[in-house]
Amino acid sequence: MSTVTLTSKRRRSALRTLAFMSPWLIGFAVFFAYPLISTVYFSFMHYDGFKPPTWSGTKNWKYVFENYPLFWPALRNTLWLVLVMVTLRVLFGLGVGLLITKIKTGTGVFRTLFYLPYLAPPVAATMAFAFLLNPGTGPVNSLLDKAGISAPGWFNDPSWSKPALTLLALWGIGDLMVIFMAALLDVPTEQYEAAELDGASAWQRFRYVTLPNISPIVMFAVVTGVIQTMQYYTQPLIAGKVASGVIQGAGTQFEPGYPDKSTLTLPQLVYNLGFQRFDYGSACVVALVLFALSMVFTAFLMRRRGGLIQAGD
Amino acid sequence: MTQVLDKPVELTAPVSPAERTARRRALLEWVAIHSLGVAAALFFVLPFVFVFLTSLMSDSQALSRDLIPHTWEWGNYKKVFETPGFLTWWKNTLLYAGFGTVLTVVSSIPVAYALAKFRFRGRNLSLMLVISMMMLPPQVVIIPMYLFWAKQLDLSGTLWPLIIPMAFGDAFSIFLLRQFLMTIPNEYLDAAKVDGCGDLRTLLKVVLPMAKPGIAAVALFQFFYAWNDYFGPQIYASENQNAWTLSYGLESFKGAHHTDWNLTMAATVLVMAPVILVFFFAQKAFVEGVTLTGVKG
Repeated sequence: MSTVTLTSKRRRSALRTLAFMSPWLIGFAVFFAYPLISTVYFSFMHYDGFKPPTWSGTKNWKYVFENYPLFWPALRNTLWLVLVMVTLRVLFGLGVGLLITKIKTGTGVFRTLFYLPYLAPPVAATMAFAFLLNPGTGPVNSLLDKAGISAPGWFNDPSWSKPALTLLALWGIGDLMVIFMAALLDVPTEQYEAAELDGASAWQRFRYVTLPNISPIVMFAVVTGVIQTMQYYTQPLIAGKVASGVIQGAGTQFEPGYPDKSTLTLPQLVYNLGFQRFDYGSACVVALVLFALSMVFTAFLMRRRGGLIQAGD
Repeated sequence: MTQVLDKPVELTAPVSPAERTARRRALLEWVAIHSLGVAAALFFVLPFVFVFLTSLMSDSQALSRDLIPHTWEWGNYKKVFETPGFLTWWKNTLLYAGFGTVLTVVSSIPVAYALAKFRFRGRNLSLMLVISMMMLPPQVVIIPMYLFWAKQLDLSGTLWPLIIPMAFGDAFSIFLLRQFLMTIPNEYLDAAKVDGCGDLRTLLKVVLPMAKPGIAAVALFQFFYAWNDYFGPQIYASENQNAWTLSYGLESFKGAHHTDWNLTMAATVLVMAPVILVFFFAQKAFVEGVTLTGVKG
């Protein structure tokens, strides 16, 4: 008797869970599991969207790694962005976060001003920077010229396009600033007082009190920064398009990466292969490379012990 | 005599030399920090200012290196509104962002609640999968998804492929809401149960009112996501101008007006403005949400 009620109770609770989870379970199956398996399948097929797909073995894989001229430049750019852009964003975010916790007058106004650029829609923000940094009439270069500094070509110069994108990324630092600010305010004040009593200098207080307390948040910022870099798409694409002068609807196809492949990122390759060259198979190969890289860093976030997002309770 | 007088004077003096240096140092620090603050503020604000000033220049002045308009051409904004399609893009963006936000919130709440408060086998696995989906670049699954929407359902050239999936929970929203719901003490849920509330009633009557700030944050994020999305409309809507959104259409201004940066910048201002307005009305919820994403669960 009691076992019957227990099983029926258990069944009811399982049904309850299923009911609450159902929107996501369907979403997971239809928009994640199925297309992911399908991507693996297509990576071994020759498919152009018109003729039925045919088995092609590892041909797509060989093509992407050995003959597709955009793959390695995109990977190199990604590495550059991880090393330079992510590092600078974390340092600058921490700096701005520190600054805002020290500002005592007009804190609210400063915080809002620092935060606003983060909200600018990526396309709009990139258009704005493409204008600000354009070598012809851009205000930045006219100011630099007036100051007697020889101004770079920014988005039109292959060696300056990624620094220009970095500048744009530093402008939108608001998210990191808020996260660092919250972390800095969480550091127990007693620790600072104790350090001060011991005669610690400002740098020593930062090094031995602040940094150890906020290091999990620094790690969080680094890892999510790397993951965001894997998804970096809109800004480099728009910057390249606007600077090159090739715009949608103009009849010409934009070869991504202008100038000289310097703004290529992996997501742009999926678009280039799939929707410009109609080589769905090779597009899926790049998609899987992107998937593998993203998941490696996501695993960092989720490590149970010392993990940054704790899945357990 | 003087000695006798000197002593009390020194005792009641407002600042001893040591205190004075400390005060001077504090003042110097204040000045240094606020100067840095102003410098940083200029870095964050000047791009907006230059964009706005350029958007008000005449066509010929926009070709020059001038920073400040000679004549203030407010008519540039009228010209942008009169551009064919602009109002349609505006409408489409509101539809995508509006529908998308409502669907996401409604479908993500029960999932987040189950992940936060139910005990069941596979809960940790589910949460890990949610986080994985959250971190997945949309380009990873785009080929099969495009084939599914375009070839099987014949919905390319519309925004439905972007709106419909939002009825099935959004990973980021689920995660953020789950983080928020974790902070609600279980005692409230137990009390509701004692009062005879079922799970759905508990969720609707007890949890939702307490979760308002979290829900507001998720709704805002989702609204901004849809407003900002470029890749989605590029894949599904590009072939049909009547389905374009603002973020997608904005770029075509540069194509249509070439070197007329003034009109392009006016359009840029018009795409930025709503987001910034929404932010001013909902600043608190938004900042809370950003903080929540960095908090350990």
